[in-house]
Amino acid sequence: MGVTILFFSGLAVVAVWWLSTQRLTSKPWLEQGTALEFPGSGAIGAATAKVGLGVLLSAIGSLFALFISAYFMRMQLADWRPVPKPTLLWVNTGTLMLSSAALQWARVQADRDDIRGVQTALLAAGVTALLFVAGQLFAWRQLVDAGYGLTINPANSFFYLITALHGAHVLGGLAALGRNIGRAWQRRDIARLALGLDLCSLYWDFLLLMWLVLFGLLLLS
Amino acid sequence: MVDAAIGGQPIPQAEVGDVELYHPHSWLTKYVFSQDAKIIAIQYALTAMAIGLVALVLSWLMRWQLAFPGTLSFIDPSQYLQFITMHGMIMVVYLLTALFLGGFGNYLIPLMVGARDMAFPYLNMLSFWIYFLAVLVLASSFFAPGGPTGAGWTLYPPQAILQGTPGYEMGIILMLTSLIIFIIGFTMGGLNYVVTVLQCRARGMTLMRMPLTVWGIFTATVLALLAFPALFVGAVMMLSDRVLGTSFFMPSIVSMGEQLQYGGGSPILFQHLFWFFGHPEVYIVALPAFGIVSDLISTHARRNIFGYRMMVWAIVAIGVLSFVVWAHHMYVSGMNPWFGFFFATTTLIIAIPTAIKVYNWILTLWRGDIHLTIPMLFALAFIVTFVNGGLTGLFLGNVVVDVPLSDTMFVVAHFHMVMGVAPICVIFGALYHWYPKVTGRMLNEWLGQLHFWVTFLGAYAIFFPMHYLGLLGMPRRYHEMGQTSFVPESAHDLNAFITITALVVGAAQLVFLFNLFWSLRFGREAGGNPWRATTLEWQTPETPPPHGNWGKELPVVYRWAYDYNVPGAKEDFVPQNQPPEPEPA
Repeated sequence: MGVTILFFSGLAVVAVWWLSTQRLTSKPWLEQGTALEFPGSGAIGAATAKVGLGVLLSAIGSLFALFISAYFMRMQLADWRPVPKPTLLWVNTGTLMLSSAALQWARVQADRDDIRGVQTALLAAGVTALLFVAGQLFAWRQLVDAGYGLTINPANSFFYLITALHGAHVLGGLAALGRNIGRAWQRRDIARLALGLDLCSLYWDFLLLMWLVLFGLLLLS
Repeated sequence: MVDAAIGGQPIPQAEVGDVELYHPHSWLTKYVFSQDAKIIAIQYALTAMAIGLVALVLSWLMRWQLAFPGTLSFIDPSQYLQFITMHGMIMVVYLLTALFLGGFGNYLIPLMVGARDMAFPYLNMLSFWIYFLAVLVLASSFFAPGGPTGAGWTLYPPQAILQGTPGYEMGIILMLTSLIIFIIGFTMGGLNYVVTVLQCRARGMTLMRMPLTVWGIFTATVLALLAFPALFVGAVMMLSDRVLGTSFFMPSIVSMGEQLQYGGGSPILFQHLFWFFGHPEVYIVALPAFGIVSDLISTHARRNIFGYRMMVWAIVAIGVLSFVVWAHHMYVSGMNPWFGFFFATTTLIIAIPTAIKVYNWILTLWRGDIHLTIPMLFALAFIVTFVNGGLTGLFLGNVVVDVPLSDTMFVVAHFHMVMGVAPICVIFGALYHWYPKVTGRMLNEWLGQLHFWVTFLGAYAIFFPMHYLGLLGMPRRYHEMGQTSFVPESAHDLNAFITITALVVGAAQLVFLFNLFWSLRFGREAGGNPWRATTLEWQTPETPPPHGNWGKELPVVYRWAYDYNVPGAKEDFVPQNQPPEPEPA
């Protein structure tokens, strides 16, 4: 459970930092009056949706941290036979990076008020993300053909389950991306679109980071 | 767009949010697919209570079997195990968690922090309907071939997914699926509770001015968001073991003389995952209860809560500590003795902030103007019961005492006291307390007294003797004791006594249900603030509050939540949104 404890410690540091700005040592029974006289009452500066996404990412991060913990625990047993890593996984990693980069590009274009540029960048991000998922499925196919099926060894089971879970999160992100593509095409509510791009981009970067961690883990074992 | 104002000044739109967008336009969007947190709260509460009634009936059947084995011919050993499993899982996850967070969280958070609604109303609606789906999937296992799973509520592998365990065919699959769905739905709701507290507080509502109810629900939700993934991981992996034939948790096994295809899995891994969720789950239920009971005591004793800051710190400390005690549920799993020592120590440390809370409740009552209303009675019952259950927790938290008591009725008595009776007391107290706000009418006092006394005394008559049975060595999960040398004849009489009391206590809950519906129509009119309480939910312009809660003007908060019997004040309570008196020149 070391990884999980480490992840939670990281979250705890953020929580403690935030709580330390909230005047938890004040004596509220002595303080009457409006907020302005007593700082530390306001909401966090970021948009509510962004705070929400941050909370969601902590929960998803906890999910992956637990999977990785389980992976480490299981890895130590004697019968562990690592899965070969198809070269395709490197290609997929690159595709996901491209997808993340495309979303960054979309944000830059949105700042320039270039709606055509946003449309192109969003499509590119969507297509590369789909390619990533397809590539992962193809990597599965290669492994199965090479005789590394799901149930042959615990290492295989973990590989399939973790990649499936990660892929499912990419697909979930694609649903959100689809809504933003819709917004970009209807060309209305640009402010909301800009927020949507920020959220998508954050989520994509998180998924990329998760994939890099998971892929690194698979390579190390 | 609703034009909102604070203190007569119009305020920027960003502070109000897009209220107009989700105002309901039809009966369907108002009462069924509602995005109003208050309606969602009622939906959560009714669903949780409905499935909870099923679990109550299951406990009747189990008790009947234990006291009078063989008299109900349809209860065979398999059925008994299925009843145990479903009773436990429903009560812990689908009733307590859903009711505290989905029910009270939804109703109270926006009202208490002075918000118009949850931060993400659409997600909130989705959260309820996904929870509803999870309940349906769970309930459907009663009708599936082979019946529901009988693996015990902890679902330990390998037996949970082996042939011979009841519900092997479909029950276990439906149970795991239902849990996965529940967690997805909960995450949506949980995001709302956390973000609403972070972002949607009214002006002046600093964290240290929030009622402890909000603190409790907020911290519990954070725990749940981080702990439920562990159950999710465990459920997904076990589902994969059962359906796809992987071996995450399944070692090499010979079952019924036949070598199974499984091999190399680790059952202990599941126990770690399960209890990494399971212990925080205790506090996911307890922290909201702590918070609510603090508010009930303060309001009905007309006294400010003693040591508010300590109470807040204790809630946070308990939340953090609850993540480092999980393996105390696994002392008998054959782990390294040093682990046992570590987890016994952390377990005892958690008693410190908990004890601080108990002292503070008692000191709040000390020389207070105690009104023995029904909510107060239930709050007092909670304190007594929680201390009781907590003390037996100290027994079980020590490895050497736990080993002989493990899997006996003593454990059953312990967790029913601390996690069953105690939080249920708070739920009842809270329902009697906030029912007037939800419906505009008071619950019937006389029926409430009857409900309280039968429930309180009955619960002790049920669970006190159970400790004794456990000390005798009577094991839990046994369908029938038969003839054993260490269980005397008198223990069987005690079992019969417990069962009859359980039937009576169960019946008293029907009185409560009747009261809920009867008072809806015939209860005394409550007015806006029948308990003369300070917190914001009692200061709404209308009762019950409409969608949007506050009308045109959002409340501004000038003081903390516990200004009762302030020297020099005109009344014995000062609402949070009442401006301070100007200083005399």
